[in-house]
Amino acid sequence: MSSMSSGRIVGRSTGDRIILVLVIALALIMMAPIAWIIALSLKDNKELMTDMNSVFHAPYTINNYVNILATSSVFRWILNSVIVSGGLTIMTLVLSSLAGYGFARLSFPFRNTLFVIVLLGLAVPEQAVLIARHQLFSWLKFHNTYHGLILPGLAAPFGVFLMTQYFRAIPKELDEAALLDNASRFKIFWKVLLPLTIPAQATLGIFTFLSSWNDYFWPLISGTKKEMYTLTIGIASTQTNFAQSEGLGFLMSQAVFAGAPILILYLFFQKYIVTAVSGAAVR
Amino acid sequence: MAEATLSGSASAAKAATRQAVQNVNAPLWRHAVFVAPYLFFFVTLLVVPLFWSMWLSLHKADAFGVGRFVGIDNYLRLFRDKIFIQSVGNTFYFVFLTVPALALIGLLLALALNRKTKSAAALRAVYFSSSVLSVTIVTLIWRIVFIGNFGLLATVYGWFGATAPAFLSDPKLTMIGIAIATVWWCIGLPMMLFLSALQQVPREIYEAAALDNASRWRTLWHITLPSIRRTFVLVIIIEIVLQFQLFGQARLMTQGGPNNVSKPIVLYIYEAAFTKWDLGLGAAASEILFILIMIAAMAQYFISRRRGEEG
Repeated sequence: MSSMSSGRIVGRSTGDRIILVLVIALALIMMAPIAWIIALSLKDNKELMTDMNSVFHAPYTINNYVNILATSSVFRWILNSVIVSGGLTIMTLVLSSLAGYGFARLSFPFRNTLFVIVLLGLAVPEQAVLIARHQLFSWLKFHNTYHGLILPGLAAPFGVFLMTQYFRAIPKELDEAALLDNASRFKIFWKVLLPLTIPAQATLGIFTFLSSWNDYFWPLISGTKKEMYTLTIGIASTQTNFAQSEGLGFLMSQAVFAGAPILILYLFFQKYIVTAVSGAAVR
Repeated sequence: MAEATLSGSASAAKAATRQAVQNVNAPLWRHAVFVAPYLFFFVTLLVVPLFWSMWLSLHKADAFGVGRFVGIDNYLRLFRDKIFIQSVGNTFYFVFLTVPALALIGLLLALALNRKTKSAAALRAVYFSSSVLSVTIVTLIWRIVFIGNFGLLATVYGWFGATAPAFLSDPKLTMIGIAIATVWWCIGLPMMLFLSALQQVPREIYEAAALDNASRWRTLWHITLPSIRRTFVLVIIIEIVLQFQLFGQARLMTQGGPNNVSKPIVLYIYEAAFTKWDLGLGAAASEILFILIMIAAMAQYFISRRRGEEG
């Protein structure tokens, strides 16, 4: 409602039109690289080798995509990514909700000190703990397992921070009434408060899933066997040798195939994704 | 229903309720069971590794185990290593290339797209879309744009009979190429942060300005920009912290080359720890990165706290 710019008050002026044309032109330039790889993915590999300009005219083919179905490991990688990102998201939601309720509503010794320590954890960059984690997981023989890929994400304090804030914003009268009815703490959490936190669950869930799906560093050093690659690592492993341009179309079709699920999800859940990502940045 | 009964009771009853609740709310160890599961992972996978890394950085360590205590030897080796110093310089250069560009382009896009029209909403969606892609796909896209002979850039330059700049191999250009890909990838976040700041500027101020017949430029310069000054600083700091951690783009687009000119600190850490298995050296380098990021994060904390006091 309040987002009217000064230009809108006086109606659509020439200045507005020029700005609109400029942002549309820039958006087209921004999308050009994506259009380029989609076009490449629809071309025959041999034809590309002889003449790159053939991208701009027929014949196009879906053979590269058919080849993915037949030969590529992409499906295994997608499965791995779904298991890792899905598992991490569910566990993060459970742990953060429990802890958020605990920090926001219950009192126990050292509560405030513990909460401050968790908040300080927000400032620790991944690189400051990676090497020690890697060593720890080597001893535990966790590398190249699903739990090895999932567990490090559970330590991230962002979810606890977000859920604690959210629980604090819920009026206390709600649970106090239930408390006087002798409801157990867990029942209050589960029946009274948790249903109210669904918007925060959506934000946290989307943010966790997306960052885990796109994570590049930990899976690179932990899931080093080809059958344990996540999609992000798997696609990276295919791009080492494309300078020869053999199978260029095929490589591009893999990239399109790998990027499409997230872009499609984005189309449907755009609002939530934008809120989740920008909310997480500001904390 | 609960609300109805509650508002029905008198205020005296409410005070009694408070007292009763306070009695049940005494500090109890068993209440900690709610936070215990998370704290278990927090301690074992974040706190312990954090101090373990610091401890490692003072030891000689490789893939087979931790060797003897060497004091600050690993840090001395880092400062004597030209490639490490170069990687620190590269990282600062990259931050210098990307952060102002992200902040300025993000601000301009937010100003242009801050309206209620359908076209503005669609364009916002387009500009944010690249942010959901993984670094792997982003670098794949940009290598195909930049690569000689058959890249998009080479093809477009070819139409005019020109040779495209070699963003992947010219030592003067590799960091710029990585920066272009990064700005393309990350522009969504600053744009959205500026948009939400713009929407919080009270509408009455704009109406007053319109009554005064203030021009578009005067409104922008005297009202809009001063109101989002803090967000501007916040965006700069958030982006400094993020871009300091450059890794995937450099590893996938140029492997840090040619001749280490595009090798950032995180890639140095990765190579020291996970290709040369010199864990002590890698840990020392990661502590230095940690200190640099802490400085920026502390600035963010103080600025967002000051903003909180105002609101």
